[in-house]
Amino acid sequence: MSLEFTSSEMMSVTAARALNNDMTCFVGIGLPSEAANLARLTHAPDVTLIYESGTLQTKPDVLPLSIGDGELCESALTTVSVPEMFRYWLQGGKVSVGFLGTAQIDRYANINTTLIGDYREPKVRLPGGGGAPEIGTNAHEVFITVKHSKRTFVKDVDFITTVGFGRDGKARDNAPNIGRGPTVVITDLCILKPDPDTKELVVTSLHPGVTREQVIDATGWDIRFADQVDTTPEPSAKELDVLRDLKARTNAHHAGQQ
Amino acid sequence: MAEFLSLKEAVSRHINDGDTVAMEGFTHLIPFAAGHEIIRQEKRDLTLIRMTPDLVYDQMIGAGCAKKLIFSWGGNPGVGSLHRLRDAVERGWPNQLEILEHSHAAMACAYEAGAAGLPLAVLRGYIGSDLPKVNDQIKFIECPFTGEKLAAVPSVRPDVSVIHAQRADRKGNVLVEGIIGIQKEAVLAAKRSIVTVEEVVDDLGASVNACVLPSWAITAIAEAPKGAKPSYALGYYDRDNAFYKEWDGIARDRDAFQAWLNENVFENGGA
Repeated sequence: MSLEFTSSEMMSVTAARALNNDMTCFVGIGLPSEAANLARLTHAPDVTLIYESGTLQTKPDVLPLSIGDGELCESALTTVSVPEMFRYWLQGGKVSVGFLGTAQIDRYANINTTLIGDYREPKVRLPGGGGAPEIGTNAHEVFITVKHSKRTFVKDVDFITTVGFGRDGKARDNAPNIGRGPTVVITDLCILKPDPDTKELVVTSLHPGVTREQVIDATGWDIRFADQVDTTPEPSAKELDVLRDLKARTNAHHAGQQ
Repeated sequence: MAEFLSLKEAVSRHINDGDTVAMEGFTHLIPFAAGHEIIRQEKRDLTLIRMTPDLVYDQMIGAGCAKKLIFSWGGNPGVGSLHRLRDAVERGWPNQLEILEHSHAAMACAYEAGAAGLPLAVLRGYIGSDLPKVNDQIKFIECPFTGEKLAAVPSVRPDVSVIHAQRADRKGNVLVEGIIGIQKEAVLAAKRSIVTVEEVVDDLGASVNACVLPSWAITAIAEAPKGAKPSYALGYYDRDNAFYKEWDGIARDRDAFQAWLNENVFENGGA
């Protein structure tokens, strides 16, 4: 008997499953934060979550709206300064996974959160890099979660805010002391992973009910599929319950604050 | 020793047109009351530095206080864009705004270097990013010991830094608790500093390793209860997330913004 779930829920649950108890995860706000906390509240109760505001090993009861909500500090093991966070904990190599969202991503998993169009005359000015440029290179590996659309999945990003594998797939070759970069991209349609040789993103798993055509239509380049494409396991009843509770709690909390 | 002043006097005496001003507080303890006082006193041509411009700089930029912004993440956290910032960058309203943009890691290191009296900060950063192509203040240097290529940025040395904190004692020593962000570095990196506090107390009640700024490291202190609203002060009040969401609608429209500014900053507020 199959459960009812939305494509967004499918994405969050799949992203959460990428994390495990042994990981120390530097969490981006939005979708990554939702997935990371879902992991902590289900199969990975001991996953270590870190936010760039300096909160180490935090266990928020509701999802923070900002990267520095009081909830994050009050439920953390300890809170350090922002320079300490970036220098000792991130650059010092203590973060196993950087979990990021993005506005644009390209075939080499470069991500753009800076702007659409030309830098000096932007069509749309986006917030900018924040912690991502160094999370992308100093974390041992990077997970990315983002909704799949042609606007988001472009052949070449307008601006590389945070490097995946560069314009030619070779940006990490011979660069010393940096992480492996993006190892998985989780969308509402599928899972993509970089090809081991070319580093181009290829589809390795389709979510239940999703067709290849849907993914092709939502991708701005000639997307490739792995030789063997799996079907992503459906969310369990427990995962859906926990996710829905978490989101309901979060919405009620943020709406009630004055 | 820090001098206790009214907020109005502190801003009037220590912030001049054309100054480079850093107002810090990483999501927490954002000095909104001070920002509003700067708007009321119609300070102009400021170079504003802040890792996350947040609503406080959106308001100051929209009010015409800034000519340049140095930042690393310019959004409304969890909500979307800073529309006054975007209007200034995309359409030059109310005036052209020059921007210089970094990553958080680089800004944090630059403040730390400023506090340490160094001319530059060094980090393993900006690898493969396009940011160095659009910011001539990002360079790469070679480590003299290992040969590794590392990023270098100039230190942040503001004319004035402004922060908000929970409390000061009567001698002017200041306690910062919770998400301490870059508060200490911002004050120590600056030529002058203004600290607004929730309250002035007899005893700070600080634990031995607490983040305390001694009175002699601060220029001026002004009492400003609720001075970080709609951000928050741990132990005093929560972040007003509903207002952060509401700001999106206010700031989208120039007229709605002007009306908000008139009602909430010019006609209301201030001592």
